Amino acid sequence: MKGKKKIVGLVIYFILLVIPIYWMLNMSLRSNADILASFALYPKDITFMNYMKIFTDSSWYMGYVNAMIYVVMNTLISLTVALPAAYAFSRYQFVGDKQMFFWLLTNRMAPAAVFALPFFQLYSTIGLLDTHIAVALAHCLFNVPLAVWILEGFMSGVPREIDETAFIDGYGFPRFFITIFIPLIRAGVGVTAFFCFMFSWVELLLARTLTVTEAKPISAIMTRTISATGLDYGLLAAAGILTIVPGAMVIWFVRNHMAKGFALGRV
Amino acid sequence: MSLSLEGITKKVGREIHIDNVNLSFEAGSRNVLLGRTLAGKTSLLRLMAGLDRPTSGRVLANGEDVTGKSVRKRSIAMVYQQFINYPSLTIYNNIASPLKTARITKAEIDRRVRATAEMLHIEGFLDRLPSELSGGQQQRVAIARALVKETDLLLLDEPLVNLDYKLREELRAELQDIFEARQAIVVYTTTESTEALMLGGNIVVVDEGRVLQTGPTPEVYHHPATTKVAEVFSDPPINFLKGTVRDGTGRMGRNIVLPLNKHMQSLTDGDFIFGVRANHLFVSRRSKEDVEIPAKVELTEINGSETFIHANHNEIQLVVQENGVRSVRIGVEIAIYVNPSCFFVYDEAGALVASPSPEDVRGL
Repeated sequence: MKGKKKIVGLVIYFILLVIPIYWMLNMSLRSNADILASFALYPKDITFMNYMKIFTDSSWYMGYVNAMIYVVMNTLISLTVALPAAYAFSRYQFVGDKQMFFWLLTNRMAPAAVFALPFFQLYSTIGLLDTHIAVALAHCLFNVPLAVWILEGFMSGVPREIDETAFIDGYGFPRFFITIFIPLIRAGVGVTAFFCFMFSWVELLLARTLTVTEAKPISAIMTRTISATGLDYGLLAAAGILTIVPGAMVIWFVRNHMAKGFALGRV
Repeated sequence: MSLSLEGITKKVGREIHIDNVNLSFEAGSRNVLLGRTLAGKTSLLRLMAGLDRPTSGRVLANGEDVTGKSVRKRSIAMVYQQFINYPSLTIYNNIASPLKTARITKAEIDRRVRATAEMLHIEGFLDRLPSELSGGQQQRVAIARALVKETDLLLLDEPLVNLDYKLREELRAELQDIFEARQAIVVYTTTESTEALMLGGNIVVVDEGRVLQTGPTPEVYHHPATTKVAEVFSDPPINFLKGTVRDGTGRMGRNIVLPLNKHMQSLTDGDFIFGVRANHLFVSRRSKEDVEIPAKVELTEINGSETFIHANHNEIQLVVQENGVRSVRIGVEIAIYVNPSCFFVYDEAGALVASPSPEDVRGL
């Protein structure tokens, strides 16, 4: 009896969660006229018009390409910087190490809007505005500290004796780090990459401020559908569905390690 | 090669972990570092290996100062108390890893890995990952990795302590044979005096970061230079009874007369501490010479085929190690018997005055 109640509860909860996404899918498969004309629980005349538009109009699909480019750049930069930093925090003691470690996390305490103006000014001065690297670098402000925290947790779970054994065996540091150490924390690297990807993928404010046309991401482009002729519901819904897909795919890959990632590797 | 430590001191913050240690080891020697937990055994090993840098003092290998030399460039191997293997590599690659960094051909690596694996009876698991093996097998892999490269210095930090009793016995016997065939300096740390005795060779008794006594293991066992050494090198702990010698008569504890024969003949008047190991105390009379100590039983522990009886004589704790399983009721007054020729005699400062000759003690 109790098990059944639990299942019913879960089903209700799941339905509540899925309704908005389902509604978006529903709208994305209908034409604008249809959406405005009648209320329908499911699309009666399925049309892929909206998706066709996104896949054929370069001003639309380039939004995805741009977002992908800077997200991947950001993930790579964050990992490259955070891996050695996390190793240092996990293995060495130095003056102010604890304070510095905490300070890193405080970087995440400020809202992105705080940094939008300084970034805009600085980047326009050195001509970085409207480039992919500009957004990638701006997102590092938030992603590098997070990556250091998560990776440090995973690295501290690896006994220090493994490092020592490798040095005794005669490994140089770079070789040890790449061939022995990183494989040991590959779940952590995966989870970190996921968090960097996710943050960078959904972040709108900095991405919109720092880009004009060349590097404009999809989330910024979606706001274009509000025009003099009104809201293009169907197109917006289709773009929304397509925006969810990459995130969902990445989550699928790291689903088994997510909980540990949320606990910053300290489980 | 020879290794020597000269005036090694290691401080961490304000704490002194190792205090002015001078030691030297010869090639092909087996050395046991005996001490309790936190005595500084591991710290000493790490300093010998070059994993840590001493605060002061020098480490010499073949007379050459290697104090600051990177552990990578030294010829050492180490086995830790925890089972340390590379979890992402197969057993084969784990064992091969020290060879891969040296310039050795693939065929030679293969031959040596297989030979070492066979020596440690893990040849059947070469394709597995460490996590797929039992604890004992994992430690065998770690030992194999340490042995595969013929290093000058082989350090083992309580390698058997995390294994169950039977595995420990088995591996200890095998290790003795393996060490026998090596030219390396073997340094083995342990907290157990029985293990130290089984391994033989030379012993270094360490306590609180200081070296208390060095010498051949049986020699140190039979003549522990101070009460502290006797404590460390006895398991269960050695029993001490305060006593005096006046006009050629020895008395100890609550006025028990101690005949001064054999090694105690030459004792002059004064206050002494008489020490006797638990395995020389008995609950029944075994010879005419035996001294009787009345005591009250406080606890009996049955440890496999032995029984430890903790008893109280004159507010002094005594431990009797008796063979076989015995049940003695708690609170009962019993008599403990000991042959006087088993007593170590220490002066009040704890320095050895007289020790029983091993011949006299044998068979008691």
